[in-house]
Amino acid sequence: MTDQILTVENLKKHFVIGHSGIIKPVPITVKAVDGVSFSIQAGETFGLVGESGSGKSTVAYITVGMYQPTDGTIYFRGQDLFTNGKERSLAYKKDIQIVFQDPGSSLNPRRSIKDILDMPIHIHQPGKNRLHEIVRLLDMVDLPSDYMHKYPQMLSGGEKQIVAIARALATNPSLVILDEPTSALDVSVQGKIINLLLKLQREFNLSYLFITHDLSLMRNVASRVAIMYLGKICEIAETSEFFKNPQHPYTQMLLSSIPVISEQEESAKPEKVESTGEIPSPVNVPEGCSFHTRCPYIMDICKQVDPVIVETKPGHIARCHLFEQPGEVIDQNQTDAY
Amino acid sequence: MTAPLLEIKDLQVEFKVFGGILKVLDGVNFRVNVAEKVGLVGETGCGKTTTMKAILGILPIPPARITGGQILFKGQDLLEMGAGDLSKVRGNGISMIFQDPTAALNPVFTIGQQLGAVIKNASPANKKLSKRKIQEKAIIPLKEVALADPERLLDSYPIQLSGGMRQRVCIGMALSTDPELLIADEPGTSLDVTIQDQVLRLLHELVERKGTSVILITHTLGIVREVTDRVYVMYAGRMVEAAPTQELFTNPFHPYTQGLMESVPKLTGGGVTTGIPGRIPSYLNPPQGCRFHTRCPQVMERCKIENPPFFTTNEDHKVACFLFNQKVNQRKEETAAQ
Amino acid sequence: MAEQARESILVLTDQQLKELQRQSGRENLGRAWFKFSRNPLSIIGGVTTLIVVLLAIFAPYVTPYPEHATIPFTDFANAGNPPNSKNLFGTDMIGRDIFSRSIYGFRFSLTMGLVVLSLVVPTGVLLGLIAGYFQGTRIDTLIMRITDIFLAVPPLILALAIASVLEPNLFHSMVAVSLMWWPWYTRLVYGLASAQRNEFYVSSAEITGASTPHILFREILPNCLSPVFTKMSLDMGWVIIIGASLSFVGLGIQPPKPGLGTMVASGTNYLPDQWWISLFPALAIVVLVLGFNLLGDGLRDLFAAEEV
Repeated sequence: MTDQILTVENLKKHFVIGHSGIIKPVPITVKAVDGVSFSIQAGETFGLVGESGSGKSTVAYITVGMYQPTDGTIYFRGQDLFTNGKERSLAYKKDIQIVFQDPGSSLNPRRSIKDILDMPIHIHQPGKNRLHEIVRLLDMVDLPSDYMHKYPQMLSGGEKQIVAIARALATNPSLVILDEPTSALDVSVQGKIINLLLKLQREFNLSYLFITHDLSLMRNVASRVAIMYLGKICEIAETSEFFKNPQHPYTQMLLSSIPVISEQEESAKPEKVESTGEIPSPVNVPEGCSFHTRCPYIMDICKQVDPVIVETKPGHIARCHLFEQPGEVIDQNQTDAY
Repeated sequence: MTAPLLEIKDLQVEFKVFGGILKVLDGVNFRVNVAEKVGLVGETGCGKTTTMKAILGILPIPPARITGGQILFKGQDLLEMGAGDLSKVRGNGISMIFQDPTAALNPVFTIGQQLGAVIKNASPANKKLSKRKIQEKAIIPLKEVALADPERLLDSYPIQLSGGMRQRVCIGMALSTDPELLIADEPGTSLDVTIQDQVLRLLHELVERKGTSVILITHTLGIVREVTDRVYVMYAGRMVEAAPTQELFTNPFHPYTQGLMESVPKLTGGGVTTGIPGRIPSYLNPPQGCRFHTRCPQVMERCKIENPPFFTTNEDHKVACFLFNQKVNQRKEETAAQ
Repeated sequence: MAEQARESILVLTDQQLKELQRQSGRENLGRAWFKFSRNPLSIIGGVTTLIVVLLAIFAPYVTPYPEHATIPFTDFANAGNPPNSKNLFGTDMIGRDIFSRSIYGFRFSLTMGLVVLSLVVPTGVLLGLIAGYFQGTRIDTLIMRITDIFLAVPPLILALAIASVLEPNLFHSMVAVSLMWWPWYTRLVYGLASAQRNEFYVSSAEITGASTPHILFREILPNCLSPVFTKMSLDMGWVIIIGASLSFVGLGIQPPKPGLGTMVASGTNYLPDQWWISLFPALAIVVLVLGFNLLGDGLRDLFAAEEV
């Protein structure tokens, strides 16, 4: 029985961005993450897809310790990550790492590659010959050793991201969160980065939480995919099932809008669901189902009641009134299967 | 055959930096006809933005220097024009939409003020109009880009709008002067896929209606396939392939174009390819001969010495590659032998 | 390419690693010089500053009449002479050579600038880093409110008040200037540090478990250097001028010591006839300050973030 390395349980993160009213100020809240549950098996690549405002990056930042959850929690290897509040043990910091989207801002422009790689080694492997370790890291990602004296601006976008990956792996983590790792890069470089990530995953038995908005990429990288909209999960399924039989209207809308480059891909897309209207601001999430303002299958109940997660097929869940049948509802807090 | 709206002949641009001279554009040839949508595809650093800046006359000179070539707009060489004439052409003839609509709009002025400024400066007649008349004129482009409640929008600040709305405002602004040529630099990159879809459809509609020509610059092949009539592929400061869109995607000839298409992850699955090995050549010491030869899987001896010119087939498909020359010669031999 | 890298790993000795380091060091130096020297005025500033510093250090050896500056000296026979072959800048009303005294005057000005900045910059920058990184907490409030209080007092008046309470001399005028100067650095670095604490490279360091000193000094501080260095070189000029102003008003360096400001002050009584007594010390101040300002521009270019 494969063990779950990460279990996210009804995670919520609300940001108060201001107050309205002078006499009795009411806080204005952004519900960036509003009840998200899923789990990642050890060694798998779990994909998280969504557009801006979906909350996918926020989930990543909470997992890695940058934010504290407003409600709900995350278990890593069965242990609650937030028992000590803001203080996270060094062991967890070593074990859970992240690669950010834009290597231009995730690498300090004033520090050489050597300095950048030196820091994680210094903290988690004191006493080791750091210079040798840096050379080993660079070799592991196929970069020449003389790169250690360069500064980030001297590297191409792809090379910078490779350095960011090397930095994440310098602590020997078990779970690596990849937040849009190739979105800022050219497509000809993307393949190199992805293949490097896959190779490293096999070599070190890593688990990946892979976040992207690029569905074509997700199709080829993840073993399971979850899609988020305005802070909530809409659908989770195993990858090929997700793309062959998308259940949630939002998934269908997204899949039908992707620009592809061949006829075969065109026919693989679901029937066109036209996107109308704007994505609501996360400050003003609509009542009922948050997607109802854009949904072509809207029913009366959608405007009033937020749907709950339903298992439409084994291993395939969706959150939509279209699939609700009495007796089929899955308790939101029951996360073992997903 | 009518004269082209825009024609770039053999454009050469250099940049002076630490270490020497960067030969960024090395003989760029480019043509846009009236009422035509042309795509310019290339990756980071290939020179497409430099080319566009040269057309608009906004290259930073120094350190840039235009060392050769012509940019003919309606028959007149923009490089030979004085500043006054150039700004007239820029204002009325050519408009541009930038990649990041947030950066293109001034955050401290309302939409109405910014639109008003564009309209006012569009013609001497407009300069005499009263403020109210200009605001009335400003509503028209907002309606054309399908923005709801345009009167309220005039009083809004850019920050109050979503990304998609801002991009639409920019399109409205760019088209409000009725330009003959619209340059759109990565118009969808900072937008979500569903909103990008909307915006591109809008652009398509507007252009069809007004007969404007469009240059669509992007590194996303899928968008080019959906929106354009003809495509140029650019690599390291040179055009390597040009063809009608359908033709290019069915028969990509240049090894670089093929490599690009292979690198794009497919919605139908199949894993992620390794992309194109190597990196773009240094502009300080560009390789002799074909600039792609260092990464070309089908490189021949000739490629290392001579720079291939454009070879044409029927169907108006041009390729700058000696492989193609061989094929043409082969066919000639075959037909001669028959 | 990958093959080569793998092979070079096996063969890469400590010796080769050292050689790589030396090579890159040389390259960085070359790049630094290129950035600094892009504007020729920076070189002029640098050279001027260097000359002034050398003159000040070797004053006893380069001045024709060092004793006119170092010990009480009078020579009424030669008093009030305009510039001539014996006295390049002329003599003052008690016969002292103005050229020699001006060179010695550089010593006081430079000392003032160096000492004040050595006190003020580390203190101000440190406080700004801490307050900025911990923005929103009580430490931030504490530090910045104190800074605000100091900033609210008009600087020259504060300096005058302090200097007039204490015995007027070089040391006390340095104390006075230091006390009103540090808040500007705190304010400057506070803005830079608080902007940076949300940058992803800082988050990355926090996620990995870096200590707070590491984040402050290794991640954030290097990105603040450019504005700080620029301000420092401009401040050299300002501190010198304020020091000269203090001694012009009678607080600070007292006659017969050859402070440049004091010299300008004592010469005002004899304007416009014996113009050289005030003019040359004033020009000396101008040259000194201008040199530092131009040097400052060069340093700003040097530390500016590189464009891709």
